Amino acid sequence: MSDVTVKINGKQVSVPSGSTILEAAQKLNINIPTLCYCKDLGCGVSNKPASCRICLVEAAGIRPRPVLVPACATPITNDRVEVWTNSQRALNARRTVLELMLSDHPKNCLTCPKNQDCELQKLAAEFGISDIEFKGEVNHFPIDDSSEAIMRDLSKCIMCRRCETVCNKVQTVGTLTGVGRGFSAKVGTASMIPLADTSCTFCGQCVNACPVGAITGISYVKKVWNAINDPTKTVIVSTAPAVRVAVGQEFGFEPGTPITGKLVAGLRALGFDKVFDTDFAADLTIMEEGTELLGRLKSGKNLPILTSCCPGWINFIEHNFPDLLHIPSSCKSPQQMFGAIAKSYYAEKMGIAPKDLIVVSVMPCQAKKYEAARPEFSHDGVRDIDYVVTTRELCKMFREAGVNLANMNDEEYDNPLGESTGAAVIFGVTGGVLEAALRTVKSIVTGKDLVADAINFRAVRGLDGVKEATVEITPDVKVNVAVASGLGNARKVLEMVREDPNRFQAIEIMACPGGCINGGGQPYLHGHRDLLDKRMAGLYLEDANKPRRMSHQNPDIKKLYDEYLGQPGSEKAHHLLHTHYHQK
Amino acid sequence: MNKITSQQDLLAAFNASKNALALRCVSEHDINSKKKDILCCGGTGCHASNSNVMMDNLRQLIKEHGLENDVRVVQTGCFGFCAQGPIVKIMPDNVFYVQVQPEDAKDIVEQHIVNHQLVERLLYVEPMIKERIHDYAKMSFYAKQERIALRNCGLLDPEDISEYIAAEGYQALAKCLFDMKPADVVQEVLNSGICGRGGAGFPTGMKWKIAAGVQADEKYIVCNADEGDPGAFMDRSIMEGDPNSIIEAMAIGGYAIGAQHGLVYIRAEYPLAVNRLQLAINQAREVGLLGKNIMGTNFSFDIDIKLGAGAFVCGEETALIHSMEGMRGEPTTKPPFPANIGGGYWGCSTNVNNVETYASIPVIIRKGAKWYAKIGNWKPELDENGNFVKTISGNAGTKVFALAGQINNVGLVEVPMGTTLREIIYDIGGGIAGGREFKAVQTGGPSGGCITKENLDTPIDYGSLAKIGSMMGSGGMIVLSDKDCMPAMAKFYLGFTKDESCGKCTPCRIGTRRMLEMLEKICDGTATEETLVELEKLANTIRDTALCGLGQTAPNPILSTLRYFKDEYIAHVRDKKCPAGTCSKLYTLKITDACKGCTKCARNCPVGAITGEKKQKHVIDVNKCIKCGACIDGCPFKAIVKE
Amino acid sequence: MCECKLSEGAKAKFAELDAFIDGLGINAKDDRRRGYLIQVLHKAQDIFGYLPREVQKHVADKLVLTEAQVSGVVSFYNYFTTDPKGKYCVNVCLGTACYVKGSEKVLSEIERVLGVKADTVPTADGLFSISALRCVGACGLAPVMVVNGKVYGKVTPAKAVEIINEYKAKG
Repeated sequence: MSDVTVKINGKQVSVPSGSTILEAAQKLNINIPTLCYCKDLGCGVSNKPASCRICLVEAAGIRPRPVLVPACATPITNDRVEVWTNSQRALNARRTVLELMLSDHPKNCLTCPKNQDCELQKLAAEFGISDIEFKGEVNHFPIDDSSEAIMRDLSKCIMCRRCETVCNKVQTVGTLTGVGRGFSAKVGTASMIPLADTSCTFCGQCVNACPVGAITGISYVKKVWNAINDPTKTVIVSTAPAVRVAVGQEFGFEPGTPITGKLVAGLRALGFDKVFDTDFAADLTIMEEGTELLGRLKSGKNLPILTSCCPGWINFIEHNFPDLLHIPSSCKSPQQMFGAIAKSYYAEKMGIAPKDLIVVSVMPCQAKKYEAARPEFSHDGVRDIDYVVTTRELCKMFREAGVNLANMNDEEYDNPLGESTGAAVIFGVTGGVLEAALRTVKSIVTGKDLVADAINFRAVRGLDGVKEATVEITPDVKVNVAVASGLGNARKVLEMVREDPNRFQAIEIMACPGGCINGGGQPYLHGHRDLLDKRMAGLYLEDANKPRRMSHQNPDIKKLYDEYLGQPGSEKAHHLLHTHYHQK
Repeated sequence: MNKITSQQDLLAAFNASKNALALRCVSEHDINSKKKDILCCGGTGCHASNSNVMMDNLRQLIKEHGLENDVRVVQTGCFGFCAQGPIVKIMPDNVFYVQVQPEDAKDIVEQHIVNHQLVERLLYVEPMIKERIHDYAKMSFYAKQERIALRNCGLLDPEDISEYIAAEGYQALAKCLFDMKPADVVQEVLNSGICGRGGAGFPTGMKWKIAAGVQADEKYIVCNADEGDPGAFMDRSIMEGDPNSIIEAMAIGGYAIGAQHGLVYIRAEYPLAVNRLQLAINQAREVGLLGKNIMGTNFSFDIDIKLGAGAFVCGEETALIHSMEGMRGEPTTKPPFPANIGGGYWGCSTNVNNVETYASIPVIIRKGAKWYAKIGNWKPELDENGNFVKTISGNAGTKVFALAGQINNVGLVEVPMGTTLREIIYDIGGGIAGGREFKAVQTGGPSGGCITKENLDTPIDYGSLAKIGSMMGSGGMIVLSDKDCMPAMAKFYLGFTKDESCGKCTPCRIGTRRMLEMLEKICDGTATEETLVELEKLANTIRDTALCGLGQTAPNPILSTLRYFKDEYIAHVRDKKCPAGTCSKLYTLKITDACKGCTKCARNCPVGAITGEKKQKHVIDVNKCIKCGACIDGCPFKAIVKE
Repeated sequence: MCECKLSEGAKAKFAELDAFIDGLGINAKDDRRRGYLIQVLHKAQDIFGYLPREVQKHVADKLVLTEAQVSGVVSFYNYFTTDPKGKYCVNVCLGTACYVKGSEKVLSEIERVLGVKADTVPTADGLFSISALRCVGACGLAPVMVVNGKVYGKVTPAKAVEIINEYKAKG
């Protein structure tokens, strides 16, 4: 398409015809405030309803007279357009719009979970709002904390529609919709029922999308503090792979830097009795799932195998594809394997009663909170995983306790549940679980460990939403694999499976676009999708630097089988490490 | 009727059915004629006044007198003179009866039909001369009207396509299909000067030209029949009275822009219009005027009805399209416009016009753009070929207005553009009801503004109305008298837009609420002069910042009343008085010494707030009084006053 | 929903709705199937009198839409109601023409007499529910009230009470 020239605040810039005023302004480094607009909520889906009216600018050359237009959604298609982003008219309009918004917004910022992480609050500060001229009725809705994972406080909803877009367009979950109309219009559920009663998968992408405090995670931080301070409890913590590459940005590290050692040190400083790694359980998962895959390949039954690490994804298939519930791997997720092993093997080993052993996991995820509470994962009222805190919540715990990760020295995980391989580390990014499985499966089938670059299955890497590849296990055995991240992509792949069950033999699915590095509990991207590339690079760097990069090489896993489980796929392993799925 | 598969077939159908209208279109009137058509209004208003029972009675009596072969009772569309309904017109006698009740059927049949004598008591009394007249053309209500969009309303049976064909129906479509290229049709509409009658006044030909210019296989032509302006009902009347003109016009539009699918988006609140339109579509399909290869050409076109579900904002074209797609009727930012690919129905290029616009199209094609362009006060700039370049001033054609409020002749009137408000209100409308004083006319409904006495001689066209701070809108015209409070009117409209705001954009969602709250304070006497400043500032900002037309125009009733009736606002906020005596918080009811103790007020009071002995002055307990006004209305001595 | 829990009457209603939807020939794979939603909801409300959650869920299942999509639409449009209505729906027009002719007073008188507010619950005996309506296009007869589709013109507060009493007498 041809280029057009536009003048913004007196400066000329040339942009492709059809570019928005906002894009042209960004090219000139002119900042226009935005709120409802989000360039990429995941999978390239943008949110630009042009409804908040915060990005209004004055423009000539569009209508006969200069008008205020939303910069985010107004394309420039001719050379006559001239824009003033800070004319009196534009500034007054934006200020009035913001004041109107604030006039129907609770002012209890100090106690809001999004305090200092709120885009509306930031705008109010930037605009220098000192008084809200408009007074009147304020919407009030009851808080929905019906689920274990996600809390909604619609009194704070500003109708930016980001959550609705991400839920429907990116994830195709379809739980959220505009409800009602006029002054009391909000984004809610069907008939405003509690989230727990909907088909919500708790992926948490809406939490990430929400610019204000209307959708947040349910926090168990207080309970974790109480446990830590309870002398009768032994409190252990384990960290998910994707946490180590995301936590750093909150403490001044270059985004994506793996700071595993400092994370371990920080957790110890918080008072956890032992600091373990969910990666240990990820290696265990590969042992079980790899065995299952080999079995299914041999029998030719229940293919393709679908990975089952991601609880958001498991919710999704349980709600939407009841006809396919026989194909996901029966393996529990690494979190739940960790919990099961901690409360059996580890507890026995340490002589601690399971009820006195509190297992906390640090997850990039909201759905993990829900998963930990699934009834099949508790025995006699004792849950395998007691509490889940997200990466974001952990950062708050660090701050509360005065722990600055930037000042910590690297420390090592505790044993025996702290040892892991590079294969486990890459669980945190889309394609990683499948790659980890392929590493072990190929080694076992060929009878020799992969070396050098053969370890890297680059065809399944990258942030594309759907990846397909044919992988050679032996010259005679080739498997067709697919990797999907984002539930909309998962839906596409599952529909392919419905069409042709023989098309793939193994599929990895993650609910969040990009995998756990973009989980619903990770530090906010605030529109910077490039952070995901950095987090991904951080994980592959950590993988490359690990002395062992295949799960079956993990010595503590070998020990676990030798001492306790027997063989992968043994009865005991099945009892502890496998699960089943229900139609919802 | 036989299937129409060629232009000849249409002509044959016309010749075969034109006799059906013979009695109704005569130039010589004859009360002694043996053959008669009794035309009865079957619109919503007259229906509500039992016109269907009256029609049944007429039919029954005619049968009893053995006249069924000579006298037909025809249910037609609306005559427009709704205040005088139910209307009965007898042709070729040219006798116009008003307020005909079911029991009047006997006199009409026995006295008029059988004995050829006028039923004097059912004739309209012309207020100017205070005489009963039977010729509707001489009535001041009709004398200044020029009925183009409403040409068939009150003339044809809307439930019989052959009558429409008899009235040269579908000949414009035939003319397009056989004598004109699509581009010629677009040019003709452009040259006629007709502008969108839905409110915005965008030239229809221009809209068609843009849509025709889009290269696409799948296009849609949509009729916006979501008449939402509370107080306007011309679209309803047209659909009830002349549905075939909409069908023909949409087919013409489809041919002009290259669309094969038509959709009518119609309010569910108009069941009669929905039924009549569906019936007309079915009949048009049966005779082949909708469907594949119309009149043997390779033009195929069909129409479906889409029901609205009660949302004013769906009159906005992007919201309308979303509603047709089964979504919440929320507008989207333009561009993309509906005509653009990606902006219309299911992303297809879509052209949306309003009912009244369509109703004028067939006659424009049939009689030519030049004929239409001369009606009204349009001054266009034309090129050397006589083609439209731009409008210098005024507008072409006619506009239908729904006259209501404090006016004598409530009803639908169609006048040439450029007619003055004074002519409409005083000549056609018969002046202010109850002998009260004219205060203002509100045009354009919730999006419009008011026009005061000073501007009564403004010629009515889009530009002139905009200049004085009002707008044409869809043609609602509410006449207000000195007993109407202007801040309360503004509050009424804001209450409406607040309820109808879709809630999508901030200025409209929250802003309309805040404006309403300020108006409530003003009418309650709790506002200050500062409130007025704030209100005006906010109103101006919302006009500038809202996403769609609903929000952008929502402040108009405020800005316009503030402009012309500032003193009334000041009285509310400074003196805490409502000069019109409407705002109930600003007065109490009091019984004066004129009270004779007749006890009527005490009996009328629904809450027992009035006490007093017989033949003694009564007293109102202000704490109990709900200010319903029943006492005032009933007092024979005018002894109850607002203070 | 579990069909076995339904009364015979409800079963017949769902069957009628299903017959209507099946007659539309909707293709579950066609992205445009959503375009039928409002039409189907009109039919459902005709049959059931209102659109409770079970009906919305049923419509969602039949059209292969999410319940949220259906509920979002139902909650947007005034015409749709999720609460049962009285036997007689008394609608008072609050359009401009009726407003300036005093329809607000008619409405408040009806509210007072029946003891319920417009657009809330039906009367305790289930006979009446009141709604405020925006223009039925019978402005010539302003002020207008509509009872179960029958239009009454030039209504005064006193006349409105008479009309209500007529229906009350019918029971």
